[in-house]
Amino acid sequence: MLKMQDVSKVYRTDLIETHALRNFSLEVKSGQFVAVSGPSGSGKTTFLNVAGLLETFDTGIYELNGQDVARLSDDARSRMRNEKIGFIFQSFNLIPDLDIYDNVDVPLRYRRMKAAERNRRITKALELVGLASRMKHMPSQLSGGQQQRVAIARAIAGDPALILADEPTGNLDSLMARQVVDLLEQINEMGTTIVLVTHDPELARRAQRNVHVVDGVVIDSAPYERRIPTEEAHGGVSRSAG
Amino acid sequence: MLRYYLRLAFNSLRRTPGLTALMVCAIALGIAACIVTLTVYHAMSGNPIWWKNNVLYAVTMDSWDPGTPYDSKHPTLPPPQLTYKDAIYLASSNIPKRKVIMTQLTGMLNGAPGQAVPLRVMTRATTRDFFAMFDVPFEYGGGWRGSDRDALPEIVLSKQVNAELFGGADSVGRSISWNGNRFRVVGVLRKWQPLPRFYDVVNSAFPPPEGTDQVFVPFAWMTALQALPTGNMTCHGSGGVDNYQQFLGSECLWIEMWAELPTAAGRERFRAFMDAYWAAQRKTGRFQRPLNNRLTDVGQWLQDNGVVTSDSRILLRVAFAFLAVCLINTVGILLTKFLRAAPIIGVRRALGANRRHIFMQHIVEVAVVSVAGGLLGLAVGAAGLAGVRAIHAQDNTYAMLAHFDPLGVAWALALAAASTLAAGLYPAWSVGRLPPAGYLKSR
Repeated sequence: MLKMQDVSKVYRTDLIETHALRNFSLEVKSGQFVAVSGPSGSGKTTFLNVAGLLETFDTGIYELNGQDVARLSDDARSRMRNEKIGFIFQSFNLIPDLDIYDNVDVPLRYRRMKAAERNRRITKALELVGLASRMKHMPSQLSGGQQQRVAIARAIAGDPALILADEPTGNLDSLMARQVVDLLEQINEMGTTIVLVTHDPELARRAQRNVHVVDGVVIDSAPYERRIPTEEAHGGVSRSAG
Repeated sequence: MLRYYLRLAFNSLRRTPGLTALMVCAIALGIAACIVTLTVYHAMSGNPIWWKNNVLYAVTMDSWDPGTPYDSKHPTLPPPQLTYKDAIYLASSNIPKRKVIMTQLTGMLNGAPGQAVPLRVMTRATTRDFFAMFDVPFEYGGGWRGSDRDALPEIVLSKQVNAELFGGADSVGRSISWNGNRFRVVGVLRKWQPLPRFYDVVNSAFPPPEGTDQVFVPFAWMTALQALPTGNMTCHGSGGVDNYQQFLGSECLWIEMWAELPTAAGRERFRAFMDAYWAAQRKTGRFQRPLNNRLTDVGQWLQDNGVVTSDSRILLRVAFAFLAVCLINTVGILLTKFLRAAPIIGVRRALGANRRHIFMQHIVEVAVVSVAGGLLGLAVGAAGLAGVRAIHAQDNTYAMLAHFDPLGVAWALALAAASTLAAGLYPAWSVGRLPPAGYLKSR
């Protein structure tokens, strides 16, 4: 599904160069649930942005669904994001002046689907996250947990093969976080590949694999239980900090 | 997608009502300023007989003083009027399809039924082709039937004079006295007041009510009655004028001449005719200035004679500069507004919108603002024109000029749409180039 080999990404300003990813290599197979953790500034979000085709990379190879994405045009990257990838963000990123229905509708609009098909998908997605009765509510009328569930509905409405989630429980209390994780597991069980960035050990534990990133490099890629305690050696980050 | 973009545009504009109002008002003010000045400018510079622009030509020759040009500000231009002898000779040519010589004078009308006091009228003494050549519309009757040489005592009344003397009834065939001589009414005009009055800009392109042509008499009758012109007349050379025959033979310029020359060949032949006349006259001691015979079409004629004043041109430039300032402000506001929404754009990009989607979404929003600004500008412009009319309430000409015609409305809307869309191109384009990733985390 997702294969990165020696991917590097450098941010440059007039004065400094920041190596966000260094020879970053990772393969995620179709249907896997992978958690990515690491200290702040380790390159987790850059990895997610590159994986989600929101940013380009400098060197290396990145294949998504078997396709080399390095030379894709902006148009093709946008189409791929729209059709193959679903995003879930820490701060939900719902559009405040659209109601719940229209928020879930956004990716489907760019796919030029017929209204009836869009309606079917939106309803199904909102039913899955338990918010079908709130279709006409505005985001501000929902709790944080509900907003994140709407974001999940938006991510899955287009039936993507891959979901990229960036700290999806970071702004939620534990109860709501658990609901969200349950949902993600449920979606994964339906065959969707999930890659999530998290600091939450509880969430990381529930993933099939846990990829640990430090200074833009993957240093461990084992299930959580089998992780070797190397964080201290690579930046002094405790396991609980992810 | 257009309906979707429209919905997003209204949502976005509702989200920031203050900025929206500011943009709409800025555009409206700029557009309104342009509407007012453009309407007046268009009316003043418009060619009221545009359909004959390459057909009608003002005929001029430079018979002026060899020592000084007629108009020192425009030394290359010949005088706009002719002497009597030159006009009569040129009008004798059969080359033009139609030709007319004319002048303006005042006359007294008398003898209408129930008329207690004589009516002073602005009179145009003209040859018979005047009516056909300038497409003058008639309510009753037509132009005079007699030839220019053997003109009958016939008179044509304006609609207003006919209303005053005959209550608007068909007065054709009635007899009336003009300057003490009996004339038979042969025609009554419909309302006809071309502005600018292209055929006699010398006496005024925008005549006040009392300066408009009220009656028309045959040119030959003016000279037969030895009436003197009361319009513009300029003379050069020494020697006084003691009688009417001397006046007709003088170097005084007081006659306007127009020729209808629909073909290039006809124009060349008539120009050759004029040049031959000039050469023959030069041998007798006249026309000592360089050869400067001209056939000038209506559009050029209006320009040559300064019908569009430099004031109105400057005002037009100021109005467009004002519009530019308003649009630059609008660009600034649009950029601010769009950049403030960058995180939402980032979300849309993440969800699959490409740059074209983002551009279209924002350009539709700009279009909505431009339509709103255009409509408000139209209303403010109409109010501005009403203000111009109120300020110049005493001046009928301004009241007529400062009128909002359908063309003006079309102009205003086209101007609003074109200028605002042009102004919105950059903000709409630049917002689509924002890197989406940078704004997703910041939300």
